[in-house]
This record gives sequence, C-alpha cells and structure tokens, in this order.
Amino acid sequence: MATAKLSLNSKEVEFTPGETILQVAWRNGVKIPTLCYLKDCTPTGACRICLVEVTGARTLVASCATPASNGMEVFTDTEKVHRARRLAVELMLGSGEHNCLLCEANGECKLQELAYEYGVSAGRFEGASQHYPTEDQNPLIIRDFSKCILCGRCVQACNEVQVNRAIGFGYRGAEAKIITAGDRPYDESDCVFCGQCVQVCPTGALTEKKAKGLGRPWETKKVRTTCPYCGVGCQLWLHVKGGKVIKVTGVEGAQPNRGRLCVKGRFGYDFIHSPERLTSPLIKQADGSFKEASWDEALDLVAERFTEIKQKHGPDAIAGVSCARSTNEDSYQMQKLFRAVIGTNNIDHCART
Amino acid sequence: MTNSFADFDKAKMFFVIGSNMTEAHPVAASFVKNAVNAGAQLVLVDPRRTALADFAKIHLPLKVGSDIALLNGLMHVLIKEDLYAKEYVQNCTVGFEELRAAVEKYPPERAEEISGVPVEQIVEVARLLAANRPAMLIYTLGITEHTCGVNNVLSCANLQMLLGNVGFECGGVNPLRGQNNVQGACDMGALPNVYPGYQKVNEPAAKAKFEKAWGVDLDDKIGLMIPAMMDGLPTGQVKAFYIFGENLANTEPDISHVEHCLESAEFVVANDIFPTETTRFADVIFPAAAWSEDDGTFTNSERRVNRVRKAVNPPGQAKPNWWVFKQIAKRMGQDWASNSGQEIWDNEISVLAPQMAGIKFERIEHDGLQWPVPDLNHLGTPFLHKEGCFTCGLGNFKAVEWTPPAEVADEDFPLVLSTGRRLYHYHTRTQTGRSGGLNDLLGQETADISVADAQRLGISQGQKVAVSSRRGRVEVAARVTPEVPPGMVWMAFHFREGCANWLTNPVYDPVSQTAEYKACAVKIEPL
Repeated sequence: MATAKLSLNSKEVEFTPGETILQVAWRNGVKIPTLCYLKDCTPTGACRICLVEVTGARTLVASCATPASNGMEVFTDTEKVHRARRLAVELMLGSGEHNCLLCEANGECKLQELAYEYGVSAGRFEGASQHYPTEDQNPLIIRDFSKCILCGRCVQACNEVQVNRAIGFGYRGAEAKIITAGDRPYDESDCVFCGQCVQVCPTGALTEKKAKGLGRPWETKKVRTTCPYCGVGCQLWLHVKGGKVIKVTGVEGAQPNRGRLCVKGRFGYDFIHSPERLTSPLIKQADGSFKEASWDEALDLVAERFTEIKQKHGPDAIAGVSCARSTNEDSYQMQKLFRAVIGTNNIDHCART
Repeated sequence: MTNSFADFDKAKMFFVIGSNMTEAHPVAASFVKNAVNAGAQLVLVDPRRTALADFAKIHLPLKVGSDIALLNGLMHVLIKEDLYAKEYVQNCTVGFEELRAAVEKYPPERAEEISGVPVEQIVEVARLLAANRPAMLIYTLGITEHTCGVNNVLSCANLQMLLGNVGFECGGVNPLRGQNNVQGACDMGALPNVYPGYQKVNEPAAKAKFEKAWGVDLDDKIGLMIPAMMDGLPTGQVKAFYIFGENLANTEPDISHVEHCLESAEFVVANDIFPTETTRFADVIFPAAAWSEDDGTFTNSERRVNRVRKAVNPPGQAKPNWWVFKQIAKRMGQDWASNSGQEIWDNEISVLAPQMAGIKFERIEHDGLQWPVPDLNHLGTPFLHKEGCFTCGLGNFKAVEWTPPAEVADEDFPLVLSTGRRLYHYHTRTQTGRSGGLNDLLGQETADISVADAQRLGISQGQKVAVSSRRGRVEVAARVTPEVPPGMVWMAFHFREGCANWLTNPVYDPVSQTAEYKACAVKIEPL
C-alpha cells in the first residue's frame, strides 16, 4: 500500500489510514487545543475547540472526529480557525457561572486556559435559562452544573473507560444536563464512586468533596506512587500540601492502570492522617494496659526477650508473620531478621488470603 | 500472573473463575469490560451472579467447591471431541495420558451432577474455548480458598495447557493477587521454605549463598506456616510471635480459636500503624510509618516492581518497619549496612534474587519492570513460558480429582457460607474505615441471601438475622439479592461486628495451608 500523505500547514506529512487529523497533527508536534477529546474513546466532536480548516470542506471540521485522508490539505492556525474557537469558548463561558475565584479547578481548568489563550471573557452571551442546583448528596463528589459545559468527557469515562454505565446525557437543547439514573443523585444511581468522571472533567463541574478548600494546583506537590490496596498496583499521584496528602489522581498513560483508579485507590488515602495512628512505642503493663515507651526501651525489651526465648527453647520457638501490604524492603528485612539473626525459617505472611 | 494487565483489553476470550473482579480488582475489571465491548467473549464461572455477569456471554453458576468437577468436565469434552491443542500438548507438555485418564471419569453428566452446571452449557463452553484461542484464564480467591485450593489451581493450569493457551500474549493463567504486595512478600522470601527469589532453604547451594551474603550460619529446616504457628502457641511449641501489619484476630478463620491462640502466647510483638483487634494481644507495639511515609517498592500481580514513595512524614515517633527490624538485629548482635529502602533493594535484594538482578531504583523511576529481569539491559517479562517453552522445561499436567469442601450443608446447618471482599472496604477496615466517606458508602456487614431463601425463612430486606456455624454466631442485617443463589449465604470480613470469620472453618489445603474461607455450613434465623 502506498504511504498516505496529507498537507499539514503546508508541510507534507505521512499518516496511517484510520488516524484522525488530530492524531496526525499531535504526532507531528502541531498543537491543536481540545476539550471534549478523551484518549481511547469514541470522538464526539462536541466542543468545537479542535476545529481546523480543510481545503474544499464546506465548513471547519472537528479534527478529533475527522479521519485523515490522502492528499488532504489541513490548516490549524488560520484566522478563521481562531475566530471559530473564540466563539466556541465564548458560548461555553456564557453557558453557566464560570466564576474562577472560588473554583476548585482554578489553575487546571481547560476552559479557563482556553479563555486566557484566546483572550475571551464572559458576557457576550446571556447565560442559559436553565440552571440546575448543585448536587452533593454523597460523601465524595460535588456536581456543580453551573460549571458544566456538556463536553461529555464524564459520560465517556463512565461508559467507555470504566464501563460502569452510570452517567449519561439527559434532556435536550438548553435543558440538556449530565444525569445519573434517570436524573437522580449519584448515590441513588449505579455509580460506584471510582471518580473517573472527576478526573476527566475539564472544568470545576465535578470536584472532590474531601479536597475542597484544602489546596490549589499550584500550591501542591505531586508525588507518584503505587496504590496500597489490591494487587493491580495502580499508579497514582499524591497531591501534597503542608505535609498532608489532600487528593489522589491516577497517572495518565502509566502501566498498568493508564490513569484509572477505583473508589479505594482514589478516596482511601486519608487514613494516614487519622488521629488514631500509633505514634509511640507501647509496652504492656502488668494490669494489661499499654504504656508509652522510648524506642530504646521497647527495642531493648524485644531483643532481650527474643534472646532469652531463643536460648531457653531454641530459635524455632519464635515465629513471625510479615505484611503483604507493606514494601518489599520491609518483608526482606523481616525474613532476614528471622533467618540470619534469630536463626529460624518460621517466617510467613498471609500469601493465601 | 503469567501475563500482563496490558493484555486484558486486547484479549479476545476470557475464562474468569472465582473472581469478583468488579469489586475486588475494579481497574483490572474495567479492561476486561473494554475488551468485551470491543467484541471479546467472556465466560464467567461463579456461584454468584456478580456484576461481570452482565458482560458475560455465558455465566456458569457452579455450586461452591465444585470447580474441579467442572474443569475436568470441560477437559473431558475437549479431549472427547478432539478439540484440544494436540501439537502443543505433544511438544510442550508431559503427563497428558494421566490427565486423559483422570478426566475420562468426568463426562459432562457427572460434572453436571456435582457442579449443577447443565451438560449443554459445559459442552458449549468447551467448544467456545476451543474456537477462541488464546483465552486468558483469570482467577482469584474463589479458586484458592478451598481445602482443594492447590488442586483447583492445577486444574486451571491443566485447562489452559490443554488448550495451548500458556506462553502467549492474551493467554495464560492469571491469578489476581488480593493484596498490593502479596506477590512481593512471596518474592522476598517471607515464606518458611524459600529465601528471596524462591531459592529453597533446604537446598545446600542456596543456603551457602545466603550464609555468605549475610555472614551467618543458616538453618535448612523448613519453618512453620501461619496456621501451624498459631496452633503452636497454646501447645507452647511457639513462645514468641512477631506480627507485622496483620490483623490476624479478624482475618483468620474461626476468630474464637485465633484469639485463644494469641492469648496463650508467651510474648507477642506487633508493628502496626493503628491499634487493632490483634495488637490487643501484644506485649510490645512498634508504631510504623505507613504507606506514603517511606520509600520502597511493591510488586503487583503481573510481577511488576513499582516504586512507592515517601510524600509526608510519619506521625509522632513512628518509624519505617525496615528500621525497626534493623534495630532489633543490632541489639541481637548484627549490624546491617543498608539504611534506606533503596539501599536494601539495590544492594541486597537485586543482588541476591536472580529474577530481580536487572531492577535498580533508577530503572523504575516511572513505570516499573516485570520480573524476571535477569540483567541491567533486560526490559522485563510481560508474559512467561514464551511460545509454550516452559520455565521448567515442559508444562506438567497434574491430573486431579474433585473433592468436596470439608464441611458441607446438612440438616443442622443447611446453608453454605461463602466469604470475600466488597467494593467499598478493604479487609478489616483499619485503613478504609478511617478514610472519609467510605463508611458512608458501606457502613455495616450484611448476610447476602437469595430471594428464595428469604421467602422460605420469612426474612425481609434489611431484617436482623442470626447466622451461626459450628464455631460461632453473628447478628447482621439480611441483604436479599438476586446475586446469591438459593442455598448460599455470602458475607465479608470488613466489620468486626458480623465478621464472617466468627463462622468460617479453620481447615486448610494440605499443601498451601490456605483456609477454606469459601465454604462452610451455616444456618440463618430471623430475629
């Protein structure tokens, strides 16, 4: 098969049939802004931000939803394109209450980014007649419909990525709304609180309740780590501010989870800051109560008792269970303690449960 | 897992058995659902109609503990109808004749009698598997938590080898590990029979290697597994018990027995991040740094060694666990050089465990590497036994016979209790129970029962019931659901009150010593 080629901003580039204009452009380092586009999902062309000019086409085309074809002539950076993108942003800004001051998404909002880039402010278009009240009748997710631009990314994340099939479009025209379970709250729907919808939301329409007010993107440090729950080993970002983890998100493109998380991985992080944490070595007293001790006291006691029991009953009178939740280095170290120091192979963990 | 999670959304056929993926491994399940949406076929084998059933071409609701009968039945059909991978079997495996002889005794009629799965479905699934190769076989604790757990696993491997499905992308035998680092704890030799990297303690060369590395004499006698350790406490065979981060008093079968054992210990030490039902029995408790408070690695189900990073400081005087062990060693006369997670991995683990030789912290800054990684230029191993060239030479068929669970339903205890995990909590809730919001999503244990049993026993939705076995009794709310077949009660072990382990049977697979959490006899009464 002859190599397929198209002209991209007057430069000839090759492509594989099946690729969209957007994919070809991005692969060749040409920037096209997107909003509704969600990688690996069916393109919808809903937001009209990725419009480009194709010679001979009747109108501008959505590059995310248009397949590249041989001999095509594409322009991504013309005045016509810019005008159309500006209009799309203005329409979206007019569709709700896009007030950035108190918005949790401030600083990572795609709409804000585009408005800044194209020098657009709200006001040219009147707000939509229909405003739905904010819905937060659940412990984890806040839905602020006044910031929803109906891009459909949450619908795709729920249906095409996580396949939980809880979120969809409802109503029509100016009444259009993202809904769950025939327009009932999240917690009365099939939602399993994986939070993927929040992760993909380009504005402040979907935000995390637990992270509200705790820190904004430029104030937090992101630390990559591995989830502490099941054996899938999802890669996640810890968002850290002031010595606290305030939020967790999935690492896009990372193996094995490719940005996905479940309810435990995304929302099960704050136990580390619980006031119930053990913070001091404890030694049991004669009356059965625990008394705080220094590390030296507690370590000395354990070493003495182990030595004594080993001398009196042999090393096999001591047994240990390691932890399948902790790190490899911790498990290595514990089996080494048992084998090399105590002198027994009585070391196991709950490999079987 | 012989294969990788990256295979899931590319696979064309799945055989998922004893795995409630959407609740226990939700992200892995999402890739299976992606594949099904793209045209892959899914056969789901589970007594319960779990959420994945909506995506399955066929759901086989087998009776609890009948897996081997069903699997042998499938293999019977494959051989009888000449649908198995003859060339693969001939070139890559041994033991086929023994397998043939064993499965000969499981015609679909007998498999139906034991498993409750109709003959037609057994035949249909066998043909479906033969027509769609490779298939990925995925299992979880529904396979292993039986007195015949090891035989269940062997049976799964037999099926996949008979189909010629081991050694290829999108094939293989894929156990989903329940805990983030249970794979790693095994790899690290936190097992009584092997050093790090599965080098046997009773093999002179391995023993000599570790004696040299650690500068000590080592014992070549295989140690005790958890059930024997526990039973050794009341008899005095075990005097001191060191429990690191495990809440045994809730997770082990028959809590009354477990607590009796822990009470009888002469000296108990615990490392933990919270006071638990288990630390009550400790004489000394060390406060540990938690996940995100220390640097190290976890190894996931697909053998990928991933970095775990410190993001915040541990509270109060809490310290990393490795430091605690190092300090005890020091006080018992050994000064260990490594002084961080990275030094332990780079200078000891990757030097001593051949599978990890090519893994150093600097190589896993981003995505981790899948062992075996024999050298520093190796890119890792996404799937094992490539093209049917088994690591051990030839794939070994091990013919196995079906055996029933140790305790089956009878007149006094007419229902089967099966246990597992639910979506919103993890194990004994030491972590998820202290993470905001999760208790609101699931705040109590329930006894899940079928509509038919609820009607027969006069139990309404949410009504308090007593569930009892020969070992204990709990009071919980009934959850009447079409997920559960008649004759079954399904419960989890997330809540101390109503924990299924007051009821479960402390009987074990003779080889793995895995407890039969998936089957015991109970009765249920409305309160």
